[in-house]
Amino acid sequence: MSTDFLYLVEVLINGLMAGVMYSLVALGFVLIFKASGIFNYAQGVMALFAALTLAGIMEGQVPFAHIINAILGTNIHHFGWHVPAVLAILMTIVVMVGFAWGVQRFVFRHLVGQEPIILFMATIGLAYFLEGVGDLMWGSDIKTLALGLPQGGSRWLEDMTVGWGGDDFYGFYIDKLDMVATIVAILLVASLIAFSQYTKHGRAMRAVADDHQAALSVGISLNFIWILVWSLAGFVALVAGIMWGAKSGVQFSLSMIALKALPVLMLGGFTSIPGAIVGGLIIGMGEKLFEYTVGSLVGGATENWFAYVLALLFLVFRPQGLFGERIIERV
Amino acid sequence: MNAMADSYVTEDGRTIGGVLMDLREITLRFGGVEAIKNISFDIREGEIRAIIGPNGAGKSSMLNVISGFYKPQEGEVYFRGALRPAMKPYQVARQGIARTFQNIALFEGMTVLDNIMTGRLNYMKAGIIKQAIWKGAAEREEIENRAHVERVIDFLDIQAIRKTPVGRLPYGLKKRVELARALAADPKLLLLDEPMAGMNVEEKEDMSRFILDVNDEFGTTIALIEHDMGVVMDLSDRVVVMDYGRKIGDGTPDEVRGNQEVIDAYLGVAHD
Amino acid sequence: MFYREAGDFKTSYAEDNQTFPIKFDRYRYWLVLAVAYLVIPFMINDYWANAIFVPFLIYAIAAIGLNILTGYCGQVSLGTGGFMAVGAYACYKLMTAFPDVNIVFHILVSGGVTAMVGAAFGLPSLRIKGFYLAVATLAAQFFLVWLFNKVGWFYNYSASGQISAPERFVGPFAVTGPNAAPWAQYMICLVFVTVCAVVARNLTRGTLGRKLMAIRDMDIAAEIIGVNPLRTKLTAFAISSFFIGISGALFFAVYLGAVEVGEAFGIQKSFLVLFMVIIGGLGSIFGSFAGAAFLVLLPVALKFVGSDLMGWPTDLVSHLQLVIIGALIMFFLIKEPHGLAQLWRVTKEKLRLWPFPH
Repeated sequence: MSTDFLYLVEVLINGLMAGVMYSLVALGFVLIFKASGIFNYAQGVMALFAALTLAGIMEGQVPFAHIINAILGTNIHHFGWHVPAVLAILMTIVVMVGFAWGVQRFVFRHLVGQEPIILFMATIGLAYFLEGVGDLMWGSDIKTLALGLPQGGSRWLEDMTVGWGGDDFYGFYIDKLDMVATIVAILLVASLIAFSQYTKHGRAMRAVADDHQAALSVGISLNFIWILVWSLAGFVALVAGIMWGAKSGVQFSLSMIALKALPVLMLGGFTSIPGAIVGGLIIGMGEKLFEYTVGSLVGGATENWFAYVLALLFLVFRPQGLFGERIIERV
Repeated sequence: MNAMADSYVTEDGRTIGGVLMDLREITLRFGGVEAIKNISFDIREGEIRAIIGPNGAGKSSMLNVISGFYKPQEGEVYFRGALRPAMKPYQVARQGIARTFQNIALFEGMTVLDNIMTGRLNYMKAGIIKQAIWKGAAEREEIENRAHVERVIDFLDIQAIRKTPVGRLPYGLKKRVELARALAADPKLLLLDEPMAGMNVEEKEDMSRFILDVNDEFGTTIALIEHDMGVVMDLSDRVVVMDYGRKIGDGTPDEVRGNQEVIDAYLGVAHD
Repeated sequence: MFYREAGDFKTSYAEDNQTFPIKFDRYRYWLVLAVAYLVIPFMINDYWANAIFVPFLIYAIAAIGLNILTGYCGQVSLGTGGFMAVGAYACYKLMTAFPDVNIVFHILVSGGVTAMVGAAFGLPSLRIKGFYLAVATLAAQFFLVWLFNKVGWFYNYSASGQISAPERFVGPFAVTGPNAAPWAQYMICLVFVTVCAVVARNLTRGTLGRKLMAIRDMDIAAEIIGVNPLRTKLTAFAISSFFIGISGALFFAVYLGAVEVGEAFGIQKSFLVLFMVIIGGLGSIFGSFAGAAFLVLLPVALKFVGSDLMGWPTDLVSHLQLVIIGALIMFFLIKEPHGLAQLWRVTKEKLRLWPFPH
């Protein structure tokens, strides 16, 4: 096997791993979109917020310390304790459920029946709001998530593969964290599918996704389902936030990376969980491959736009995405 | 098809001219479903032509074929004597075919006046530069077409709501505004998709009067779909009856009324 | 009492079509223009020009542009920052390539260039609708910013990767470069705003405006009454981008003077202009001004109250600003989708009927 080919394979594998990350964020979009028709632009910021909250709780930060100090002239910042990771995750989940309730109660309950584009713009407002609240609560400095997740390249894999392509091939370099993320993503998807297939609330969720009116008429509470869905999306955001945050620190750029989930969805179709995953993998691999082959010729950093342009071109030829349902227009 | 003279005069003194639109052997499929099966009929100049039939008979699909929204897989459409090539709906509209919709399709964010003015779009030719300057060609054109639209507004008796946003109007008035928009285009052929659906008796009488007046005063050819048999029989010169995508009757209201197949379709005799 | 239409009978369709059908509104419009042209230029100083008036005027043009696309034609775009960058870089290239041509001409041509780029990115709008399109316009945003960052030709291979505006004159007065007087910067923006607003009003009051709104309200019905959807949408993209390109050119040449593309025209700029349009009012030219004024003034006011009066740290104030803007966006979408312009209309409606509200 030639070295070039092996490097290409390595690029592809790394792309796949990045794609898993995109898929994680995209999952949250799909959940909300299916159940309520809301295209939640804030999903990326939710991941950021969840990761910020988790880091803040673990560090024992005082929420809103900054603003309290500014108003009262005090100088508080930490409680002085450290919360164990598991407990902190549980507490973060509680915060995300509270957030879900608040979003439903104060925003989207008042926007029922509005056009999708209005809902979309509202979620952009929500993204700004949540970003501001996150910064106010926990400060805007970059935080590290010390969850004890494995870091760095996998030595074992490198040792296994070194020498495959001759003397100048040093083995596959694959981040251990990416491998963990892949396993977590698989577990998450499996449990989500199990939840929606085999539990009462899961079935109710699918009923709502299918037809609001019909779901109402058999006694399903739309309000409850929507809070549930936003909570689930919050949970998915937390998982994505942990993975991204452990990889590159909890900072604002996290919500921008999460924007990549949008083209992922345009590829995969907005209503399909398998679509979100396949779309994520395609985008992840595609952009790494493009950067590897073409990027160096045009100055690099093509990852900034490749996903969007790919999705754009794709949509022009197949507007419903890979797995979305074909839309027949009626008069 | 019964052989009729090229033009004739009806009992109430209107002149019906030659064939305006001729639909020949139209077949329309959605996937495996045949919505329209090999249907032919014609529409003559100046007449009121009705298409009736039970739910799901393919009436609306037929109208959508005429207005170019659906492309039939087989068959030909002749309009004013010439074969109509494959066209986009907006091109069909520019040929002089206007229509209303079963579920009202007005522009909810615009005023009644603006909605009706959209009916004149194809008569307004000022380019973008002229419109940007406004004074001169664009304004002149606007005023000329406004005058035309005001005549339609007077005709349909909706002067009082000219500046009201359409979204705020009740159902019956919306239907009337939609008719006004179609009329403003001075169509050669006016298609009405269930113009009286969801109306009470009084509103139906109003609408029937408007339809007859339009036909009488402007000589507009009208093709309409309607459920209410009584209304159809009173209004129309000739009727096409559809059932399960097939044509089962065609003729004057009296002829159609006596047709056994039509009676069966409406009374629900089992198909074999 | 004087805000009345009673007794003010219209006897021609031209009178009925006026922009300000009520006499009082007409007087106020002329008054605002008189103050803007005859009073402010003599009072303006560096702070007022740079903190408030010049950015307000430039953003107003961008907001008018986006409002034509989003408010009138219903196509949401998140590419405004990228299109402003096209205007800025086109202007820079023209200024450096043809130093003898008047800057006004350069700015207009920059608008034209942006119109073409905008129309090209508008092509998918025939197939893609709603938020699909919004995401698709992100492609324009990210791609254009990347392009201006990476391709040296656009910034004349300058070492810093920045572009900076050389000094250019209108008549004897410098309008760009470090020696431009605040009043001159203000005046050139004001003239462009006035012309853009009048043109935008004219384009939206007649045939084109109705076509755009028809597409927005129900594209299928629009097509069936004879509107060519692709052509209309592309026109909307082109006109919208024309205005946005002009604002980008002014933003670079007159306001900032030197620009680093990712910083000045990043995605945040797209959102900022979109928010101006939402808060000001979708489908209203006046709303574009209101929204631009609001979002230019808000940070200034917050900084004044937060930092100067209360003595809070600036990062805290900027976080608060995010929260407030986000909350306002949601508030307006829930309570008043037509934004400040509608609030203003409702107030006028009440004034008109006052003191007999029923």
